[in-house]
Parts: sequence; structure tokens; C-alpha cells
Amino acid sequence: MDVVTLSRWQFAITCMFHFIFVPLTLGLSVLTAYFETRWVQTNDETWLRMTKFWGKLFLINFALGVVTGITMEFQFGMNWAEYSRYVGDIFGAPLAIEATVAFFMESVFIGVWIFGWDRISRKAHALSIWLVAIGTNLSALWILLANGWMQNPVGYHLVTDAMGQIRAEMIDFGALLTNANGWIKFFHTVTSGYVVAAFFVMGISAWHLLRKSNVDFFKRSFKAAALFGLLSSIAVAGTGDLSAGDVSRNQPMKLAAMEAVWETRTGVDFYLLLIPDSAAERNSIEAIGIPKMVSFLAFHDPNSLIKGLKDVPRDLRPPVAPTFWSFRFMVAMGMYMLLVSAIGVWLSRKPNLEDYGLFLKVMLFSLPVPYLAGQLGWIVAEVGRQPWIVYGVLKTADGVSRSISTAQVVGSLLGFTLFYGSLGVLDVYLLTKFAKKGPDDDIGGFIKMKEGRG
Amino acid sequence: MEFQLIWFILWGVLWAVYFMLDGFVIGMQMISGAIAKSDTDKRILINTVGPVWDGNEVWLITAGGATFAAFPRTYALMFSYLYTALLLLLFALIIRGVSFEFRGKVDNADWRASWDKAIAVTGFLLALLFGVAFGNIFKGLPMDAAGYHGTFLSLLNPYGLLTGALFLLLFAVHGALYVSVKTTGDLCTRAEALAGKLWVPLLVVAVAFLVYSKIDTKLLDNFFSMPALMVIPLIAVASLVAMKIFMAKKDWYKAFAASCATILFITFTGVTGLFPNLIPSSLDPVWSLTIYNSSSSPYTLKIMTVVAFIFVPIVIAYKIWVYRVFRARVTEDDVLKKSGAY
Repeated sequence: MDVVTLSRWQFAITCMFHFIFVPLTLGLSVLTAYFETRWVQTNDETWLRMTKFWGKLFLINFALGVVTGITMEFQFGMNWAEYSRYVGDIFGAPLAIEATVAFFMESVFIGVWIFGWDRISRKAHALSIWLVAIGTNLSALWILLANGWMQNPVGYHLVTDAMGQIRAEMIDFGALLTNANGWIKFFHTVTSGYVVAAFFVMGISAWHLLRKSNVDFFKRSFKAAALFGLLSSIAVAGTGDLSAGDVSRNQPMKLAAMEAVWETRTGVDFYLLLIPDSAAERNSIEAIGIPKMVSFLAFHDPNSLIKGLKDVPRDLRPPVAPTFWSFRFMVAMGMYMLLVSAIGVWLSRKPNLEDYGLFLKVMLFSLPVPYLAGQLGWIVAEVGRQPWIVYGVLKTADGVSRSISTAQVVGSLLGFTLFYGSLGVLDVYLLTKFAKKGPDDDIGGFIKMKEGRG
Repeated sequence: MEFQLIWFILWGVLWAVYFMLDGFVIGMQMISGAIAKSDTDKRILINTVGPVWDGNEVWLITAGGATFAAFPRTYALMFSYLYTALLLLLFALIIRGVSFEFRGKVDNADWRASWDKAIAVTGFLLALLFGVAFGNIFKGLPMDAAGYHGTFLSLLNPYGLLTGALFLLLFAVHGALYVSVKTTGDLCTRAEALAGKLWVPLLVVAVAFLVYSKIDTKLLDNFFSMPALMVIPLIAVASLVAMKIFMAKKDWYKAFAASCATILFITFTGVTGLFPNLIPSSLDPVWSLTIYNSSSSPYTLKIMTVVAFIFVPIVIAYKIWVYRVFRARVTEDDVLKKSGAY
């Protein structure tokens, strides 16, 4: 394999590994902040125990999200130096702003939250976890505006730089900030992160409810998470529709790969059962059709024109199979989550949620589903963008560093895989250990503050 | 003032503040094995940095982000040329962060001993890697139109290693002084003693660094051509001496403050010496990366300047608040009885 292929694998592996932790951080920070706020409002100790229990799982996850995030920033320069030089003028800005505006906030206030139980008032303590939640969500906004620019480059022009090389320079910061692709991705990504957190809380609660341990505690957790999960799943579906619309308008070849459309046509039908065959440039199976549904979903017009993959030479098409299958399974999982979280809302309002053993088992085993859906979503977004690193402007193959050797990247790729693999094992071990242990009865120093401050 | 110059200064400030803040965390890691005599001691040490280490590390991320946004060519070439060194740095940063968070999560002596080793080893590695990397940047990298002609091993030249030794000692003394103002009892006394013992080697290496910089690099040329700038290295030297005087008077807070000033002004000395380069070429100055040939456009720099001037003061304000909230010394009671402790 060459440096480009190896670097792409490395970027994919390190990004996807990072994105195991990010969505849970996005959602569980919000849920933990909500639990603590309820405690401050009601003085009910169950809310405090929920804050501590879910907060502990949040922290284990948060730690890995933080440390694996640094890799992302370094890698642009390490493996994608030509890309970084070419786009740094416009792409570097949101990254630097992300660090200044968001990373500081989340990293500073997470320290306040972990160590501040006995040192600041209850309200200030609850505020600090809200600032963590806002910081993580803001950081998602800036990185997705950066990614949005790679998907739909706006507000730039190409010029010759001081060393005589072509690069993209920013001419309109407002255009970068209002790039619809970035905002749609932001809402789609954070709400899908909320779904991850909701299913995480519901899954672990289900495990305890199946064993009838801490029933009230986990019923309350489940109930809050189910509603959060349902509302977020609806938002994910809505923003997913917006996202498909944006892709249809701006990235026709990605859309063609997502839906496996080979010929340019109007009123394209949707097939429930479809198997694409890239070599033959056709679909080997198309069955159970819904007339004009692809056109309708893409442009909300059943007669709209969908560009086919054959419109462009093979080397300008994204890989069809991974894009198509990832999209299909992501959408199917999204619908599944909408359904089970709706059932969850309904059952968690009954007094005896713990008696619905089958449903609780389903929820326990559904815990990984939103994780998978999120990863598949990123495969659609990033593989579907190929062969471009900046859509229509710069090819991925032209973005790679020139000074690195195959041996270096083989070494780092192996290093990351082994190292991240062991971190993953540790993470699962610790999360399982603390999730199974259940909430502590000892809620620590905060009790004595009931009379005093706060 | 032109935007490139503003961003050059900001670039230097970001690195200096990062070294000052993460320097005591790294220093604490390096000396933890020498001064901690029990599990409780180790926990106290980790808890002295517990509330702040993560926020301190963000200065590095911001320095990296600022390099990307303001000087993209430098960011691109520096990170790809120093590929292997940066990979080691990344792994060390990741292991360090995970060690702090995970050490206390399992009540098992072997588990904790492994993380303790990881904390100490990554401390040494981080100080050494930053030192070697900056030493080589001060000296210049062998680069021309064809790219980079060095390897990871060629970074380990005498000047790079000397700068590595300087960073090791700077951070170790800095960490020891930090521990001396953040702990109590025997642990505190041992940290004070260690800071005192390491000061002489630090002075020797600092002098050697200055002399070698004159002989082997162009780092000091700017100071001789513009003598007013001499004030920067002079403050660095004065702070280093003041550190010892305060230690002798057992005024540990002031000694720690002097150590902060030493790190800030040694970094400023290096950065001022580089000007107008960000990375000089050791082959021919034509190929040096300067703030002019590697910067972003004035438009981008203007926007970044506005963002920095609004948000950096806010960040500094809440960081000061956090250091005030956690200004108390960490005691045995804190780690044994309080919730949240590592």
C-alpha cells in the first residue's frame, strides 16, 4: 500500500476511534447536567446519586475523548501536509477558534466539576457541568463548520501564495459561518450524540432493572433517557432529511452512491431490496420498489432529476458499496431507534417498567446501535466525498504529506491500532465495572452542604 | 503593527504559557517516583494537578491550532517533517492523560503501580521530546526545495539533546516547586529539597545552552544586532538566580513564581532569536519558513486577531478563577475523604 492509502486508513481508524467517545460526551454531559439541575432544584437525593453515577461513567468516557482528540489536530499536519498548506488559510481558522472558544471551556470546567464538590456552591457546581456540555457542543459546531467547508467549500478563492504555490484563501468568513452543510451536520451529529447517550443510559438501566437492583433509581434514569432519546431521534430524522437535501444539491455523486443510481433520470424509484454492482456499473438486484421515492426524498419532488454515477468517469466516483450500504443501515437503525425509544417513553410511564423483561433485554442489546449508526453516518459523509478531500477543489491523493515514507506510516498505523485497541479494551472494562456496580450510597461531601452554602 | 508580527508574538506567548503551565504537570510526573513514598503520596501528587492539567494541555492544542490558522505552511511542514517525534509525543500525551484518570479507578496495587510508571515515564518523555524538538527548531532543520533531509535520529544531535536536558531540568525544578506550594508535611519537604538539589545542574545546563547556542546556531544573532532585546534573556537569567535566592529564604511561592518567569522568558528568548523565522533552514536561509512566506492572508489573520483578543482574556479570567478556587494545598484528608479526588 502507498502513503495515501495508509494515511487514509490511519485517519479513518483514529477518527472513528475518537468518535466512539465524542457522541456519548455530547449527550451524557447534557443528561448529567440535567440530573444535577434537578437535584439543585428539588434537593431530592436520588437526583444527586444519578448525577454521581452517570457522571462517573461520563468521566471515564470523557477522558478518552479528550486524549484521542489531540491526534486529530496533529494528523492534519503529520499525514496531510499538502492539504494543510493548501487550505490552512480558511480551514485552520475554525480549528483555532474551536480550541480557544470551546476546548478551554470544557477542559477547565470539567476539572472544576470533578474536584469542586466541596469547594463551590451547588449552583456554581451545576453551572460548571453545563459549561462542559456547552463547550463540547460548541466544539462540535466549529469542527463541523470546518468539515462542512471540506464538503461544500464556500467563501474562498484560489491564489498563488508567497512561495509560488496555489492555495485557498478565505475571502468571506461569514460564508464559512453560515455554510448550511456545516450547520446541518452540526445538528445531525449532536442530536445523534444525544441518542447515543439516551441508549447508553437506557441500556445500563435495563441491565439493572432486569436484576431488580436499585429499581427506583434506574426507572427514573430510564424515563428521562427515553424521552431524551425519542426527542433526539426525531431531531436526527429531521436533520437527516435536511442533510440528504443538502447532499442532493451540492454533492450529486455522493447522493448517487448513497442510492446506487447509475443513470441520470427523473423520477427515480426506491428499491427496498437493492444490491449494487460497481464492476458492472449497475444494480444486480432491484426489488420491492416505491415509485419515484428517491427523487422525492432527495428534492421533495417526485419528478426531480437525479444525476447518475455514469455521468462522471470512474475515477471521480466515490466507492459505491461502502457508501450505499452504510447509508442504508444507518437509516434503518435510525428508524429502529425512533421506534424503540417511543416504546420506551410509553412503558417508562407505567408504574412497573421493571416487569417488561423482553423490552428491557431489547434495550440492553440496543446500546451499541446508535454508536454503529453514527460511525456509518461518517462513512457516508467521508467515503461519499471521495475522491475529493475538498469537494470539487482538491483530491485526497494530492493532500498527503510528501516528506513521509511508507515505513513511517506503516509504523504509526500499527502503533495506533495496537495502542488504541488496548485503550478500547480498558475503556470497556472500566465502563462495565462501574456500570454494573451501580450507584454509590455514599454521596460524599455534598450532603453536609445542605445547610450551609448553595 | 502588521498582522504577521502580532501572530508571531501570540505564537510565542502560546508556547511560553503552555510550557509554564504544563511544565509543572510534566515536572511533577518526573519527580513523582523520587518524592512519593506511599500510595497516598502519589495520590496527593496527582491531585495537585487534577483540576488543572486538562485545561493546561489545551494551551498546546491552541498553539497547534494557531500555527495551523496563522502559519499554515509552517504547521504543515513542521508536523510532517517531525512525524516520528510528534507520534511519540502524541502517545505520551495520551498515556499521561489516561493515567491520571484511570489510576484510581481500580483498587489493585499492580494496576496502580503500572499507571505510576506510565506517569513518570511519560513525564520524562514529554520534557525530552519538547526540548529536542525546540532545540532543532532553534538550530534549524535541514530542509530545501526538495523537502526534509533529516530523520528522527538526526534530531538527536548534541544541541537538540542539550535543549532536551534543559527542558528536563527546567520542568523538574518547576514541578518540584509547584509540589512544594501545593502539599504539606514530609512530601512537601522532600519536594523542596529536590528543587534545591536540581537547581545547580539546571544553572550549568542553562549556561551551556547559551554558550552552545552562540557557537552552533544563529539563535543569539538578533540580540547582538538589536541590544535592547537583550532584556529578554537577562530577565530569564535574573529569574533563574532569583529562584535560588527565594529557595534559600524558604519563600517557596516566590521561588515558584520565579520558575514561571524563567520558563516564560527562556521561551521568549528562543522565539525572539528565531525572528523572523518560525523554522530556519540549516541548509540555506532561502528555504527558511518565515512569518512572511508561511503566513495566512491578512484577511484571515485579522479575523483570528479579533477572535483571540476577545476570547483569550475570557479564558485567562476563568482560569485565574479556577486556580483561586483550588489554591489550597492538597492534604492526606483531601484524597482520603473527599469525593471526586483521583
